Amino acid sequence: MKQTIALVGNPNAGKTSLFNVLTGTRQYVGNWPGVTVEKKEGWIKGLAGSMLIDLPGVYSLSAQSLEEKLAISFLLQETPDSILNIVDASNLERNLYFSVQLLEMGLPSMVALNMMDVAGSRGLHIDVRLLEQKLGVPVIPMIARKGTGQQLLLQRLAAEGPVRSALHIPYPERVESAIAELSAILGRSNLKLTPDVRWLATMWLERNDTVGQLIRSQVEPGLLQQLESVREASGAAVDQEIRNARYAWIEALLKEVTVQKKTVGQTWSDRIDSLILHRFLGIPIFLAFMYLIFQITFSWVGTALSDQLDAFFSGPVAEGLQSMLTGLDSPEWFSKLATDGILAGVGSVLVFVPQIGILFLCLSFLEDSGYMARAAILMDRFMRAIGLNGKAFIPLILGFGCNVPAIMAARTLEDQRGRLVTALISPFMSCSARLSVYSLFVSAFFVSHRAEIVFLLYLTGILMAVLTALVLKRFVKADEGMFLMELPPYRAPMLKSLLLHTWDKAKGFVRKAGTIIFGMSVLLWFLGSFSWTGLVPMDESLLAWIGGIVAPMFAPLGFGTWQAGVSLITGFLAKEVVVSTMGIVYGAGDSASSLGTVLQGAFSPAAALSFLFFVLLYTPCVSTVVVMKRETGSWKWTLLSILYSFLAAWVIAFLVYQITRFIL
Amino acid sequence: MLLSDCSIGKKAKIKAMSLADSFSKRMMDLGLMPGTEVQVVRKAPLGDPIVVQVRGYQVSFRMSEASCIEIEATN
Repeated sequence: MKQTIALVGNPNAGKTSLFNVLTGTRQYVGNWPGVTVEKKEGWIKGLAGSMLIDLPGVYSLSAQSLEEKLAISFLLQETPDSILNIVDASNLERNLYFSVQLLEMGLPSMVALNMMDVAGSRGLHIDVRLLEQKLGVPVIPMIARKGTGQQLLLQRLAAEGPVRSALHIPYPERVESAIAELSAILGRSNLKLTPDVRWLATMWLERNDTVGQLIRSQVEPGLLQQLESVREASGAAVDQEIRNARYAWIEALLKEVTVQKKTVGQTWSDRIDSLILHRFLGIPIFLAFMYLIFQITFSWVGTALSDQLDAFFSGPVAEGLQSMLTGLDSPEWFSKLATDGILAGVGSVLVFVPQIGILFLCLSFLEDSGYMARAAILMDRFMRAIGLNGKAFIPLILGFGCNVPAIMAARTLEDQRGRLVTALISPFMSCSARLSVYSLFVSAFFVSHRAEIVFLLYLTGILMAVLTALVLKRFVKADEGMFLMELPPYRAPMLKSLLLHTWDKAKGFVRKAGTIIFGMSVLLWFLGSFSWTGLVPMDESLLAWIGGIVAPMFAPLGFGTWQAGVSLITGFLAKEVVVSTMGIVYGAGDSASSLGTVLQGAFSPAAALSFLFFVLLYTPCVSTVVVMKRETGSWKWTLLSILYSFLAAWVIAFLVYQITRFIL
Repeated sequence: MLLSDCSIGKKAKIKAMSLADSFSKRMMDLGLMPGTEVQVVRKAPLGDPIVVQVRGYQVSFRMSEASCIEIEATN
């Protein structure tokens, strides 16, 4: 028999770590509230037939952000068989608030008391057995990051399983009598909901939106009227009284079950913050971090590694393939397909894997350490100027890695307008795939100003995002939503987790090289070798014909060739395909440096620069478009974004070309 | 006194809050409600938002919200 267990808890309590430990999967764990933006499922290892569902972090049952709403609707509507509530032992008071709400709900539950080591290091001793007694459900102390406590959790899950708590928070008398009245009315209705009636009544009384909607949709009008009037009679401050009673109960509980053995003055997390959020140094340090990431990726480490890989591809790999094909006596067309098509296409993109890996490594470091939450605070004032809040900064910075997770991360924002605007401007954040196009072109044309040109491109992307947000501010009216951000203590990122995360992202890039880019390379080679009449030189091929159709559109931008046209069309599949397509259409064989030489003949420097600006800004790749449609839920906005970015790209590239062609 | 006027490091108790409904609900869920002890830990570079220590953890919000929270100093 299959049973479902929902894993729930506050953001940053360690849900994803626990999920990984229990299911043996390797989901990514970050250190900013809101890492799990989608629910994930996995079978629990060592407990047959138990499916664990990892839900986004939730502060309380009164949902604010979209992901919180999703998590709560899941609990209410697809009611899981039981709940595994993860609680951060080093932040007990607030974490228990949600636990109390969950226990009142009346589903069979179990509590995983995580981060016992952090609590211990702060001198906090917790009487776990007493806590278990008071909460009325099994409580298992754990350190999920290190896998400590996992065996005990599994044993108790198997032996007793989650338990229905008899927890009964005593509310003030006035509230209790209202709850009793409401429960009686609900008892007479034909309501079909699993949770406890007393809990439903309490949620109704404190005006919980999700529960309110469910009750309205199921309870008959006459009784609904009665429910409304009981709530009206109880006064406006009732939700405050309820919350007060819960927190008061928790305070009393903590006095009994915890002992503060020593008081830690300033934690080292505080000390780091006094520097990172320093009045004068905060912003310079932030800019220094950004500059450092840029330099590491682009100048110091990434490019050097990419150059070596390039030498490896154009040398040993190309020669090896050649001699192997000759040795196998393969037909000429097949040899051409393998070297001029597949190796040229796939090889020219794979060369950039190290650079992209390094960039993701840097971003993972920022995420794991807890710096992202600080960056959000530092940037709040600036984000406010463009009608967003500091939290929206996190998705945008993730966009430098890849726009798809950036748009997904917009779910963590509380206001709908903020989510929409963030999703719409994210594609202007220059993603790592575009980096491969920049690298190729600046090495060919602007060797002495590599870093400056690329930096300028990134900056232009950011400026476009800012401008777009300002424009949207006028059209999408609403307030900028609340800014309420928890600051998790800093954590030294674990090397294993960093590498895992980086590999996970880089793997996607390599996989694309093996699938989309491989397939495109074969297709492009065929289209580039044949026309309706048979085998022809590439200039007369079908591919040249297709590229020729769109080429006139780009003539005013300086690159009205069929080759550039084809590259931009295929670039819609994924931006790095621009590079692999060029590898094929310019017949450059396999090496990025020889492709660079061919490009010098095909583009003037001004045209090259204009092409870079166009690639930066034009229509995002198909994966981004798909996820944008899904997240905004609107074809109107998605199509508008496609059209807008294309036009913006055209205008900017036009200006760049017309101005620089007299200078360069 | 308002929380927005509270100097860094001083401990204070919340007396009253006059925030918009959804915001005040969230604040209360996070543990900030009349009677709760709070302490302004630091301010962001431009003096806004502020970082507040409450119930053993730190949370950040804007001055505009802090100015809707009335406090009284404790020892």
